[in-house]
Amino acid sequence: MMKTLTSTLAAATAAAMLLGGAAAAQDKIKIGYAVSKTGPNAPGAGITTIPNYQLWIHDINEAGGIKLGDAVVPIEVIEYDDQSNTEELVRAVERLVNQDEVDILLTPWGTGMNLAVGPTFNKYGYPQMAATAATDRAYEMGERWPNSFWMLGTSTMGANSLAEVLTTLKGEGKINDKVAMVSVADAFGIELAAASRPALEAAGFDLALDETYPITTQDFSQIINAARDSGADTFVAFSYPPDTFGLTGAAIAGAYNPAVFYTAVGTAFPIYKDNLFHDNVDGVIGIGGVDIDDPKFQDYRQRHVAVTGQEPDRWASPITYASLEVLQQAIERVGKIDREAIIKEIQTGTFDTVAGEIKLDRNVNANVWWAGQWQDGDFHGLAPASMKGAVKPVAPKPAWKPADK
Amino acid sequence: MIVVDIIVAGLILGGLYATVALGLTLQYGVARIMNLAYGEFIVAAAFGAWWLFTANAISPLAGLVVIVPLAFLANWLIYHLLLMPLVRRARSREVLEGDSILFTFGLLFVMQGVMLSLFGGQLYSYSYLLVPIDVIGTTVSANRLIAFAFAIVIGLGLYLVLTRTRAGTAMRAVAVDPRSARLVGIDVPRMSALAFALGGALCAAAGVLISMFLTFSASGGVLFTMKALIVVIMGGVGSLLGTLVAGLLLGLAEVATARLIDPGLTLAVNFAIFLAVLLVRPTGLFGRPSS
Repeated sequence: MMKTLTSTLAAATAAAMLLGGAAAAQDKIKIGYAVSKTGPNAPGAGITTIPNYQLWIHDINEAGGIKLGDAVVPIEVIEYDDQSNTEELVRAVERLVNQDEVDILLTPWGTGMNLAVGPTFNKYGYPQMAATAATDRAYEMGERWPNSFWMLGTSTMGANSLAEVLTTLKGEGKINDKVAMVSVADAFGIELAAASRPALEAAGFDLALDETYPITTQDFSQIINAARDSGADTFVAFSYPPDTFGLTGAAIAGAYNPAVFYTAVGTAFPIYKDNLFHDNVDGVIGIGGVDIDDPKFQDYRQRHVAVTGQEPDRWASPITYASLEVLQQAIERVGKIDREAIIKEIQTGTFDTVAGEIKLDRNVNANVWWAGQWQDGDFHGLAPASMKGAVKPVAPKPAWKPADK
Repeated sequence: MIVVDIIVAGLILGGLYATVALGLTLQYGVARIMNLAYGEFIVAAAFGAWWLFTANAISPLAGLVVIVPLAFLANWLIYHLLLMPLVRRARSREVLEGDSILFTFGLLFVMQGVMLSLFGGQLYSYSYLLVPIDVIGTTVSANRLIAFAFAIVIGLGLYLVLTRTRAGTAMRAVAVDPRSARLVGIDVPRMSALAFALGGALCAAAGVLISMFLTFSASGGVLFTMKALIVVIMGGVGSLLGTLVAGLLLGLAEVATARLIDPGLTLAVNFAIFLAVLLVRPTGLFGRPSS
């Protein structure tokens, strides 16, 4: 009985929404999102996702709204905190759709969160611009949920880019063929480590150390000692921000100076240099990258700082903003809130964004930076080398200087 | 010198765990307040140290002089203004424990919310004394070593206060048996308030010390509460020595596992030891059997 009632209600809501969509010109566009403002995902969301949403909303308000045909329609924004909890996230998105009746949904932060909310976006037919999700299932998801767009590529791309950088350096005789690899025991670390094993092996590297550590690890000195004992010239950590900072600190404190020092998420965060390691960052390789000299990026960076008071990160920040640009351009090309047509436009269109021209391949953005390096005080993209503005990797990394200030 | 590596790193990590848990030992052992917002107090102190260091160039060690007394005062006020009504109406220790869990669970969210609105959800960290130091053949970072040294001084100081002063003896009496303590003329509510405030001060000291080398964020307090709880319960509620031994044991076990077996098993080994201790001694390593 309850079930029939619910489905009747759902059908009625859907019908009401269809009618609403067909109604005359809109006087405002409702935009809603749920993102982690508290809980373990809050730091990542606070650096990458939330500031870019603020910037985008600011930019739209400056322009008076989003263009629908001849009219410029103002927006209204509704925001919820998903508390880093997937169930809370799904509930919040359901509420945004059914109670707040938003026209457009923005996405949460992180791979797991975007996968969790995928079915909900799909059920109600909202475009899902997953800008902070890196998963090897991107193509599979894009096929299963044609409304979902995976803007950060796949883990295999990440593994291949790293192998590409290391192969270049090995070819130049800068490093030996041994790699010490550690990874965080979470979806991200597990996927990247799994993708890297075959990629590194195919490139002729030998894993002298291959270990995982739990997400709450606080002492990294033993991992650093084990890496030192492994005899590898290359240290690779598929780490999350707290461990990226912890591992780098432990390496400096342990005077561990491999020719290549790679850490993953967090390396491209501005605080990595500004608050933490200052001039010690030069030579560190990490996940992400941007074309620093691209005037589009510089313009974006300045606006980001002016509006949010903080620097964008050098990886997913520009991609997050670019995915919003894609969404907005698709809406404006369609000229009305017709979500099916908007999804079609995102699938097939070509878009001009702060991250360059974006044209999706089977719902996946394949043109993303996967490896970058701190050189001359900023984080430059290294690989894929086919990207515009890619710089050459430098090794060996200069020895750490004791940071005593 | 793998053995030296493990022992030095294990003692330092264990010392850190013990420091983090000392304050909770007092708050829970003496005042019987199961403070679920404990980790939030640690994070608040870490933010204080961060702010003093980055905005005012005051070293975290000098920051202790400001933050610790402030925390003492704040916790004393919290006890008097917010917890006293619970203490008054509680008919037994068990009721107080239950009520305090509910109260501090709420306090946790209030504090988290305030810190989130002040600092946002980002990760915070600064580098202070990130200098390699050679300790009998193994390298340790100076900031951890100094934190360890301060932890020893603080722990020793607390031990002396508890064993050599009148107030300390009274606090221990309250921890053992509040009813009998009252019979010999100890002002139990006053001692409890003092223990809660002292615990809060220790908690703040731990927060300042760990901010020198750990990354923290407004929402990361729960992790510290969990670690402190495990150490306190494993050591035996209210036992200073128990907290110390449990902390060191966990630190050594964690480091040895990470180095000799696999870093992925550290959590499993920690909880296995925790369970084993509780199976053999349900009241913890140095806990008194409840009467």
